[in-house]
Amino acid sequence: MITAILFYLFAAILLGSATMVVSSRNPVHSVLFLILAFFNAAALFLIAGAEFLAMILVIVYVGAVAVLFLFVVMMLDVDFEDLRKGVQRYWIAGATVGAVLFIELAAVLGGWKLAPSAEQLRTSPVPSGVSNTQALGRILYTDYVFLFQTAGLILMVAMIGAIVLTLRDRKTSRHQNIRTQTERAVSETLQMMSLSLGAGTTASGGYLRPKETEPEPADAHAGHGHDDHGGHGHGHH
Amino acid sequence: MMAIGLGHYLVVSAILLVLGIFGIFLNRKNVIVILMSIELILLAVNLNFVAFSAALNDLAGQIMAMFVLTVAAAEAAIGLAIVVIYFRNRGSIQVEDVNLMKG
Repeated sequence: MITAILFYLFAAILLGSATMVVSSRNPVHSVLFLILAFFNAAALFLIAGAEFLAMILVIVYVGAVAVLFLFVVMMLDVDFEDLRKGVQRYWIAGATVGAVLFIELAAVLGGWKLAPSAEQLRTSPVPSGVSNTQALGRILYTDYVFLFQTAGLILMVAMIGAIVLTLRDRKTSRHQNIRTQTERAVSETLQMMSLSLGAGTTASGGYLRPKETEPEPADAHAGHGHDDHGGHGHGHH
Repeated sequence: MMAIGLGHYLVVSAILLVLGIFGIFLNRKNVIVILMSIELILLAVNLNFVAFSAALNDLAGQIMAMFVLTVAAAEAAIGLAIVVIYFRNRGSIQVEDVNLMKG
């Protein structure tokens, strides 16, 4: 009894928030109603006994997909009112197609019943005395391991695709150029000088740095003084 | 066997599917809401899978719902990435402006 009341409550909220997702003026509200819809769908999964899927739905959809939607909606500076134009025109077509589809689905629902042999055709019956998560894990990593690996492959392709699509090369960003790094020779950066004993580097023209890393004038002065000191230290040895 | 009849779940998921398709028609210009409507349709599919899995005491439906979830997440990520680069290049996400490939 209480289960039935909860089912109708969650189903009503699910359908109501789904209606708001498609009809809301502000896409941010749409995303928030989508999150509400996912939560209520997770509750319906719980009532059906699919605890693991309910938690996965909350984690994956609410935690990742809906937040991704929220990021994109808030990041893009789009005039969403402009996108709402013509809704009255599209409303008729959408309602017609929706009504036709719903009548078809209702016809299917009305004249449909389970085959008597459906119980014998089960591929993986629910084992008794095992939690839902454990039972799913037992068959996911044995009977469906190939599909599981394929799902991982699909996710990797999606990840690489999303990164490749959105990565942009800024001209100002300082990338690490591995080729120039590994090709750098000692002779390009290090200069050996023969100094007379105790004279320091000033007497023989100062310490020469590579041209491209020439620091600011104030820094150069400080660096020079430090080098001078180092030269003296060397002389004492 | 679950406490709620299978028919109730099927009706809810049928209405959810119709709402998703209605959303695609209604927000024909806004590609982000179209993606959200696709998520609603896939949620209806998942609800069907889980309802049949519970009614038949068969775990295969829940496994399949999990794979649907995986593909839906990948699809949302790719779709939103395309929306972002499209907006970056054209400054608009109007579906009617997407005619570079003359499709």
